Amino acid sequence: MRQPSFVERHLRVIFPLPAILFIALLMIFPIFYTLALSFTNWNLTSGMPMSFVGLRNFFRVFAEPRFHDAVWRTLSFTFLAVFFEAVLGTAIALILNRAFIGKGLAKLLLLLPLVATPVAVGIVFNLFYDPTIGLANWALSSLGLPQGLWVSDATSVLPSLVIVDVWQWTPMITLIVLAGLAGLSEEPFEAARVDGATPWQVLRHVTIPMVMPVILTAVILRLIDALKTFDIIFAMTGGGPGYASETLNIMGFKYSFEYFRMGQASVILIALFFFVLLCSLGIMKLRSSSEN
Amino acid sequence: MKKMLTSVVVLLSSLCLSAGAYAQTKEIRVLLANHPYGELLKSQIPEFEKQSGIKVNFESLQESQLTTKLTTEFATKSSSVDVFMTRPLQEGKMFNKNGWYEPLAKYDFSDYPKTVMGVAQAGGAPYLVPLVTEWQVLYYRKDLFKAAGLEVPKTFAELEAAAKKLNSDAVAGIASRGKGAAAVTQLSSYVYNYGGAYIDKGVAVFDKPAAIDAIRYYGKILGSYGPKGVTSMSWENIMPLFQAGKVAMWTDASVFYGQVVDPAKTQIPAADVGIANLPAGPKASSPFIVTSWGIAVANQSKNKEAALKFLDWASSKDLAIKGMLSNITMARTSVWKDPKVVAAVNPGLVATRDHAAEFGNPLDRPYMSAVGEARDQIGELIIESINTKGESAKLPEMAKAKAARVDELLKDAGEYGKP
Repeated sequence: MRQPSFVERHLRVIFPLPAILFIALLMIFPIFYTLALSFTNWNLTSGMPMSFVGLRNFFRVFAEPRFHDAVWRTLSFTFLAVFFEAVLGTAIALILNRAFIGKGLAKLLLLLPLVATPVAVGIVFNLFYDPTIGLANWALSSLGLPQGLWVSDATSVLPSLVIVDVWQWTPMITLIVLAGLAGLSEEPFEAARVDGATPWQVLRHVTIPMVMPVILTAVILRLIDALKTFDIIFAMTGGGPGYASETLNIMGFKYSFEYFRMGQASVILIALFFFVLLCSLGIMKLRSSSEN
Repeated sequence: MKKMLTSVVVLLSSLCLSAGAYAQTKEIRVLLANHPYGELLKSQIPEFEKQSGIKVNFESLQESQLTTKLTTEFATKSSSVDVFMTRPLQEGKMFNKNGWYEPLAKYDFSDYPKTVMGVAQAGGAPYLVPLVTEWQVLYYRKDLFKAAGLEVPKTFAELEAAAKKLNSDAVAGIASRGKGAAAVTQLSSYVYNYGGAYIDKGVAVFDKPAAIDAIRYYGKILGSYGPKGVTSMSWENIMPLFQAGKVAMWTDASVFYGQVVDPAKTQIPAADVGIANLPAGPKASSPFIVTSWGIAVANQSKNKEAALKFLDWASSKDLAIKGMLSNITMARTSVWKDPKVVAAVNPGLVATRDHAAEFGNPLDRPYMSAVGEARDQIGELIIESINTKGESAKLPEMAKAKAARVDELLKDAGEYGKP
């Protein structure tokens, strides 16, 4: 009998090896490298070799009011954006789930924001938001409404950015929820109708609970992405005016590629990593309890 | 089979040959800035390639991205850059400290004024060739001034009065950068005219009364008569407003003159655009006049000979004259006297340059290694002042904290207390 070759004997190691290598090199290594950097004083501009400084970077960054503001801003941006996206996205999915003329066209139009490049979206919205020559203020004033400063003012910049994010990402939630709705079986609906439930009751007590796991999955995906939002904010405000729209990601970028303080930038990014992790764990827990 | 082998051999040998020829053509990698002079160089590079036989691979980047790219490439020793455009005031000190510039002892610098060379060398050893100088000017709308019966302001008091009179719903009285860090350079002349400075002998002094007064004045005129949303505006936001006729006065660098009067880009006739000295402050009339761009060879370049050849060409007098003819204000002295240039260049540009060259200040920002972060600190003061129209009660306190922070940065870099 022929002996199985080395490859044949180790198939279960060899086949997943490329994927494991890929994950190790491109995902696990950078995370640990960032962690290692956060304990060093590596600064590109100082010309000095990096040395171990223990927890100094953590103390310095965590004591910084600018960091606290950035954390708060990251969380409020994320929750505002994802909340509106989830509500609007589900509502639109429910509307699109019934038959009507032009449904295909509506679905196609809905896809457009999703495929647009975020930086291009940012630039177009900046033109739209311009307080002097922008379309938004022109529209408001022709309706006789007071004009806004949009991204040019510290108080309105975050909501203005949320609007852009909602515009771009609501369709993603819609698509996922639509898929979820299509997969529901007809029986519970029939049963509810036979029992004389009103359409509102059907929606409230049958449809929503049944698609809830799907909605929560969509929310997890969006939440992770929204916490890490960089492109739109960077293209539109660069974190300004002042630091008024500086989220953790933008702050990390500034510390690394404008101040070149890699050690402290790593601390900021590790903090962001933990927020992402915590939020996703929380939602996953919520999801498993809603499934039960 | 034999036929196939022969063709493979022929193919391989021709590949080897072409690789050999490829190795013989010199190639250099050049990083340019998205600046009018960078554009000019880009358009002339084919000419250089024809003359010299050197192939130039160039990339154009926005200025802050250029600094980031160069710093990361040089610091991680992974760079293949041979020649690059560089901002002496932004990165010069730090790049030189780290030994990233190739010394340029053999270059002939006799055509460059002393004030310009100050930021191109350290201890008498030059490391970059100045390309473009900029100074702060006042752009104004002649037609609006005439209609309002106003004279061009000569003092800050007159500037404020004019801004107030010209300000309306449709047109902002005055504009200048308000976007935090980006505004620091434009605020500098206001600070000098109030008798202040950002850094003096290696110590941050922008918390002193003179500088605070200047920051208050800047905030007052922009907060009261500036365009809407000025705290998020840099030159790239203000220029389109001025070109669209939405701004009566604009203080910024002289380099934008060409674009302001370019009929393809602006809706106001060139005849209606005036250029004047920045009005004098209570203490001085000392606008910044800086070497905003230079060009240098990378110390780690492996093609230094070709790189120096490119540097000589890119900083040549011929190209400088071409630059002047497209309204780029070049650093070489001689080109300002060239008859072709004298005939073409705007007399207002010449007059404001003469004033700035005589009375101006060669720095427009805190001149230090950690300039990016220092600018952010001062930028916060600017935004606070604009938001409160210069009235903020906590401005002195804030300035003190920010100055202490900048002192810390100076100490970190070993530059504290050193002139």
